[in-house]
Amino acid sequence: MIQDYNISQDLQNILESVKDPEIPVLNVVDLGVIREVIVEGKEITIKLTPTYSGCPAMDVIGDDLERAFAAHGYSTTIQLIMSPPWTTDWITERGRKALEEYGIAAPLEETADKDVLLNDKKQVKCTNCGSQNTKLVSQFGSTACKAMFQCEDCLEPFDYFKCLK
Amino acid sequence: MKPIKELNPQFLESKENKQHLIDYLLGVADNYLILGQRLGELCGHGPNLEPDIALTNISLDMLGQVRSFYQYIAQLKGDKTTEDDIAFLRKEREYKNVLLVEQPNTDFGYVIVRQFFFDVYNRLFLNALQQSADETLRALAFKGIKEASYHERFSGDWLKRLGDGTEESKTRVQQAVNDLWIYTDELFHTTNADDAMIASGVAPDMLQLKEYYYDKVGELLSTATLEIPEVEYFQKGGKEGLHSEHMGYILADMQYMQRAYPDSKW
Repeated sequence: MIQDYNISQDLQNILESVKDPEIPVLNVVDLGVIREVIVEGKEITIKLTPTYSGCPAMDVIGDDLERAFAAHGYSTTIQLIMSPPWTTDWITERGRKALEEYGIAAPLEETADKDVLLNDKKQVKCTNCGSQNTKLVSQFGSTACKAMFQCEDCLEPFDYFKCLK
Repeated sequence: MKPIKELNPQFLESKENKQHLIDYLLGVADNYLILGQRLGELCGHGPNLEPDIALTNISLDMLGQVRSFYQYIAQLKGDKTTEDDIAFLRKEREYKNVLLVEQPNTDFGYVIVRQFFFDVYNRLFLNALQQSADETLRALAFKGIKEASYHERFSGDWLKRLGDGTEESKTRVQQAVNDLWIYTDELFHTTNADDAMIASGVAPDMLQLKEYYYDKVGELLSTATLEIPEVEYFQKGGKEGLHSEHMGYILADMQYMQRAYPDSKW
C-alpha cells in the first residue's frame, strides 16, 4: 500500500521522481522511506527513515530530494527519523514488482527469509527463469540490503533483497 | 520493548549526568568506529570476493551505527561539535574502545575470531539496550540489532568452517582464539560513567550477561572443534583510553585527511 502523504499530485510526482541511487528502478515512495511530508508554502519538511544504518544511499537521497524540490522553487528540510525503524514490509507492491523486473528478488516474509539465508530451504525465485531451485552464495551482497543467490537451473547469479524486520 | 526504568525528566539537566552519559556513549560507539575501520582495511583484500564484500558490508553497518551515536553525543554537547569532530579530531587517549576491536587483521582467522567475540557481545548488548531508559538509545538498539544478528551469523558460520576445516585452518584459527581470548573480559568492564548509567537505567548491566556470553562463545567453539583457552590474566585498558601499540597506527591512517586538510569535506 502506498502511504498517503496528503499532498498535491504535483508534489507527489516530484517525490516519486527521486530514486534510490543504488536501485534506480525504485523511487523513494516505493522504497517506503518517506514517513511524512509537511508543506508550509514553499517550505517542505520531509521525514525520512534510513534503511540500513550505514547505507550511503541515504545521504544521496536527502540531497536528491532537496535538489528535486529546489528545481520547482521549494526549499527542503530533511529530518531523519530512527523510530520506528524501517522494515522491508514498507516497500510497496509496485516497488516489489519493479525490483523483480530489474533482476532483484523481492524480500520474503521473516521466517522464510531466515530459512533461505541459513540455506535450509529453497524459496527464493530466480529472477531470470522463475525456478525455485536456487542457492545462497553469500548473505552479503553488492549493497547493505542484498544477499547473493544463484539459480541452479539456469545458473544465473542474482541479488535478493534481504528481509529486515 | 518497554524501558526497564523511567528516566527522570530532569536527568539531563544535571551536568554530571550529562557528562557521564557522553562518556558512556563514547565507550559504546568507539568500538563500532575502530572495528569498522579495521574491517574497512580489508576492502579489496579479503580472501575471496564473498567474504571481502561481507566484511566491508559489516564495516559499513558499524560506521553507520557509530554515526548515530556520535550525532547523539554532538546533540548532547550542544556546542558546535559535529559527528566528524568526534570521529576524527580526538587523540588516542580520548578513545574509549576495548582493546579487542583494535587488534590487527593478522590473517582471516584473526579477523573472524575478533568479529565473533565482538558480535556475540554486541547482540546481547543491543538486545538489552532496547530496554534503556533513554528513548534515543532504545531506537538505536532496535535498529542495530537487526544488522547485528546478520553479523553474528556470518562470523559464527566461518568460525565453524575454519575450526572444523583443514588442519591448516584449524591450527591458525585456534591460534587466533588463543591470542584474542585475553581481550574478551574487558567487554564486561565498567567505568564510573558506565556504573552511573547502569544505576539510572540508561545502560544495561552487561556483567549479568557475562556468564551467558562465555557459554554461548564456548558452545560455538566446541562445535567448531576448537579448544577454549585457559588463561588467568586478561588484558584491559582500552575503556580508560590506555590502548595497545596498534591504536596509533589506526588513528594515523583514519585521521590523516582531517589532520592534513582540516575541515575538508567530500
